[in-house]
Amino acid sequence: MIHLWLPLMLVCVLVGAGAYGVMSRRNAVLVLIGVELLLNAANLLFVTMGSVLDDRLRTGQVLTLFLITIAAAEMGVALAVILALFRDRGHIDLSEPGS
Amino acid sequence: MTTLDILFGAIGLITAASAVLAVTTHHLVHAALWLVVTLGTLAGCYLVLGAELVALVQLLVYVGAVVVLVLFALMLTRAPMGPSPEHSSSSVQRIAAALIGAGTAALFASVLLPALGGELRPTRAGDTKGIATQLFGTWVWPFELLSVLLLVALIAALAVSRMPKQPPAAKVANEPPAARVPNEPPVARVPSTVAGGESA
Repeated sequence: MIHLWLPLMLVCVLVGAGAYGVMSRRNAVLVLIGVELLLNAANLLFVTMGSVLDDRLRTGQVLTLFLITIAAAEMGVALAVILALFRDRGHIDLSEPGS
Repeated sequence: MTTLDILFGAIGLITAASAVLAVTTHHLVHAALWLVVTLGTLAGCYLVLGAELVALVQLLVYVGAVVVLVLFALMLTRAPMGPSPEHSSSSVQRIAAALIGAGTAALFASVLLPALGGELRPTRAGDTKGIATQLFGTWVWPFELLSVLLLVALIAALAVSRMPKQPPAAKVANEPPAARVPNEPPVARVPSTVAGGESA
């Protein structure tokens, strides 16, 4: 038995921290860390709902597995883009305009 | 308070604190390491919620692979080891971002907590067999599609990282002829310097 406000509160904190990280950072890799936190908040919500709702299709956990895979693929492409950006500009500061 | 409540509270507190630290610390490498703590303790949260398979996949994929990718990216982009406040934006933008982040969290809380927050629910014991049956039964086509997505991401990452610096080079090579037509002397002088360099 678990009180649902605990995981839901954690979801809210993760979403807030992720949104803050995306908007307040200038380094592109640190922005990606914020995106990861947002994705993990979605994952936690999926798992919480999947574990307390009686779902025959196991949607919560299966969709979490899918989302983890998608996040890994996104991370690979995003880091390739960041490295290409770094080779092109010499820095990955998102607040400076490109050449 | 049940046992699961106490367990989840303890682990969730670490998760929340490390998530906040990961987005506020001035050390670039520390941010990645706090992300490790966040993702690892989040796997513990999944374990408490009865999702062992997801917890293990989280450890394998996130803590094992994604964080290594982040650390590699930090090193390849020559991240400084010490504190680097210049990677944070101005204080005005940070305050605005904090307000928006807190507002987003409050919005989520105001939607989720009144709807489901007060309930005391039994967690279902994680049945990996049931998940496997559904994953390779009902969800098999999305699952196969995901493997194609991974392949596409692999090829895309390879293509992006092997992309020649053609657009800027082409722009530089194409622009000067248009600009060079009015002033001939530089063009005429270039071969002479090249020839001089070769003879020397």
